[in-house]
Amino acid sequence: MALLSPADQQKLRDAFAEMTSPVRLVFFTQTLGCETCPQTRQILDELPALSDKITIEEANLVLDGDKARQFGIDRVPAVALVAPNGDGQVRDSRIRFLGTPAGYEFVSLVQAVLLVGGRPPSLTEENRRKVEAVDRPVTMQVFTTPT
Amino acid sequence: MAFVNPNITAIAVEATEFPDLARRYQVSGVPKTVVNEAVEILGALPQDAFVEQALAPLAKQT
Repeated sequence: MALLSPADQQKLRDAFAEMTSPVRLVFFTQTLGCETCPQTRQILDELPALSDKITIEEANLVLDGDKARQFGIDRVPAVALVAPNGDGQVRDSRIRFLGTPAGYEFVSLVQAVLLVGGRPPSLTEENRRKVEAVDRPVTMQVFTTPT
Repeated sequence: MAFVNPNITAIAVEATEFPDLARRYQVSGVPKTVVNEAVEILGALPQDAFVEQALAPLAKQT
């Protein structure tokens, strides 16, 4: 059963139509002990149907441990957004979602997909310069709750 | 911000699913942003203020 109404599906289809480059959602899951993993997979599965630029790759936190470490993922469900660049390589956007992307988090996920898919960042010119000047590792964790 | 600078990683954390993280960072309200375990930003700020607060500790170190 589709989680999104036909009207919402159409809105997303229109938004995704502006994507200029492909986006892959690397979904980290595990078989046991992750109650919200199936629901997360179900939500993510809505997206590829709405754009041929969106793909999902499932990885197992335990069995694909190398990949989890590569993306710094140590708990599930988690989603890492990457940009495949055509020659088999991917560019890591370093945007991650931990937990089920439902409610407003789904909106945030869609915004992130659009950004990685080619939409210009919303940063002003001045803020963009400040952000580009950061020369050491910074990790920003944004905590939210389901709405 | 993560998208324009490879040094930056942005993680959206669903607090109720990861109570251990919520406890560790003393999340009592959302949105709450924790930058490098050091800076805490409560609530949603206008972009200029958010960028300034998020990057403030980095400026001090240089």
